[in-house]
Amino acid sequence: MRALKKLSAETIAFVLATVIFLVPFSFMLLTAVKDQAQAADLDFAWPGEWRIVENVIAVVEARDYVLLRAFVNSTILTVASVALIVIFAAMAAFVLQRRAGAIGKVANFLVLSGLIIPPAIVPTIWLLQTLGLFKTLPGLILVEVAFGLSYAVLLFRAFIAAIPRELDEAAQIDGCSGPALFFRVIFPLLRPVTITVILTTSVAVFNDFVNPLYFTPGDDNATVQVTLYNFQSQYSTQWNLLFTDIVLITIPPLLAFVFFNRKIVAGMTAGAIKG
Amino acid sequence: MTKQQTGPRMGPGAAPGQRHTRPAARHRSAYPYALYLPAAVVYLVIFLVPTVTAFYFALTRWTLFDSTFVGLDNFRDFLAEQNLRIGFANTIVYAVVTSGLKVVLGLLLGVLLTSRLRLRGFLRSVVFFPVLVSTVAVGITFSALLRPDTGLVNKALALAGIDGPDWLGDANTALLSVAAVDVWKGVGLATVIYIAGIMSIPRDYYQAVAVDGGTAWHRFRHVTLPLSWPATYSVIILSFIGGLRSFDLIWTMTRGGPGFTSDTIASIIYKQYQAGFFGLSTAGNVLLFIIVTAIVLPLNYVLGKRQVAV
Repeated sequence: MRALKKLSAETIAFVLATVIFLVPFSFMLLTAVKDQAQAADLDFAWPGEWRIVENVIAVVEARDYVLLRAFVNSTILTVASVALIVIFAAMAAFVLQRRAGAIGKVANFLVLSGLIIPPAIVPTIWLLQTLGLFKTLPGLILVEVAFGLSYAVLLFRAFIAAIPRELDEAAQIDGCSGPALFFRVIFPLLRPVTITVILTTSVAVFNDFVNPLYFTPGDDNATVQVTLYNFQSQYSTQWNLLFTDIVLITIPPLLAFVFFNRKIVAGMTAGAIKG
Repeated sequence: MTKQQTGPRMGPGAAPGQRHTRPAARHRSAYPYALYLPAAVVYLVIFLVPTVTAFYFALTRWTLFDSTFVGLDNFRDFLAEQNLRIGFANTIVYAVVTSGLKVVLGLLLGVLLTSRLRLRGFLRSVVFFPVLVSTVAVGITFSALLRPDTGLVNKALALAGIDGPDWLGDANTALLSVAAVDVWKGVGLATVIYIAGIMSIPRDYYQAVAVDGGTAWHRFRHVTLPLSWPATYSVIILSFIGGLRSFDLIWTMTRGGPGFTSDTIASIIYKQYQAGFFGLSTAGNVLLFIIVTAIVLPLNYVLGKRQVAV
């Protein structure tokens, strides 16, 4: 009797989760493979005609292959920002965790400010323009790094707190100090949290819509999220292509999810609670 | 100029020539401040300089190249705009509703997904996956699902005999519909934080409740709920800050409409930026900054205090 009750509870949980969380995704997929006329209904009907290949080709070719350029841009943006965030944040978190004092207090305050303060957008545009970096990919990369540092520092710092100081002392006795101590001894030990930071930050940067919208307007430096926004206005009736685009740009995070599912969840929780 | 070099030394401190004779150990700390440098440079230049200059530019009429000082006019105009009061209220409602629902649903899902379900792994993945999908994609999808006549939501309600409203087109429901989608997308993160919090509770407490003959409700009420407080704290702070700043989902789903009924401070800032009112837009930014700080700092203090008490 109890087993039966438990089974039915599980069935209910399963059905609810499927309906609430998986139906929207199946809707994306279904609409993406329909022809234009049927997709315009925006209903949940089974596709009358499967047009996977045609839709993909149409989306890729649209607006002079803007999607391909956007994929290249998004890849460069993601890889560069994440690499800089990981190295810069890990170094800063190391000193922040190990060395107290006035400077540490200021740094700590700045890290928390970075989490709380909403970025001042137009002054940032003005600054980038002054530096000659507005509407450029390097400018956007710097913006993503500046906005993403705080969260990464918190995750790294929580993890470094668990590394015993005796290790630092042993390394110092062996003549390893400063940057050498960090890069040779500490940084390799940070691997688990580094993976977490890489995954969470790359998903955040890849999916970012607001910053590219403000800081790299125009097709040349379009990122994949912004193509979505362009498609939406250009193909206001071609829902099938819009959803094909959605499916295509969801593939990279999906792959990250499939390969690193456990690590994302485990690492994120480790940082989220302590931070 | 020369006076400085020849004059008598004033006050304590090493003479200039003695600077380099400080103990070598102080120079070579194992944790040199130089490691702060790359992060500090990017952060100071790209984040802090604009934040500070915003306070000045908010007081000017500004074309990015020229700025004329106009005092508090921008703030007056910003506050006089009729949709701002709606935007301000909406921002607060949105942040409170989303973070409240994320706490409640995240805790429930967290408890469910740390229990001995056979489908635990599957359900965890399913709940977490929306976190990884871009907000814009989620917004577009739900705009379609929430359409009044063809949308799946209203069709499902029609099967149950309910006549669903025009979720995004009705001034009364637009903001809350967007908030619900925000919760759908973000509850996975809250759940994961709760899972971690619940799993870090020592098993002994649950055993103690079992020895005393407690039920599942007792376990939840007297052990899980109080001891997952750090998780609650993280979820509230993270989703509240996110809610106050939220822009992309609202912009994708309603553009602040219908009328101005789902405008938030962030969407008003964007509209004024688009219209070329840079000083005005920056004034909005400064207001958002003040609001976020004024709410989050006391909230952080109160929540942090309670955390110590438990």
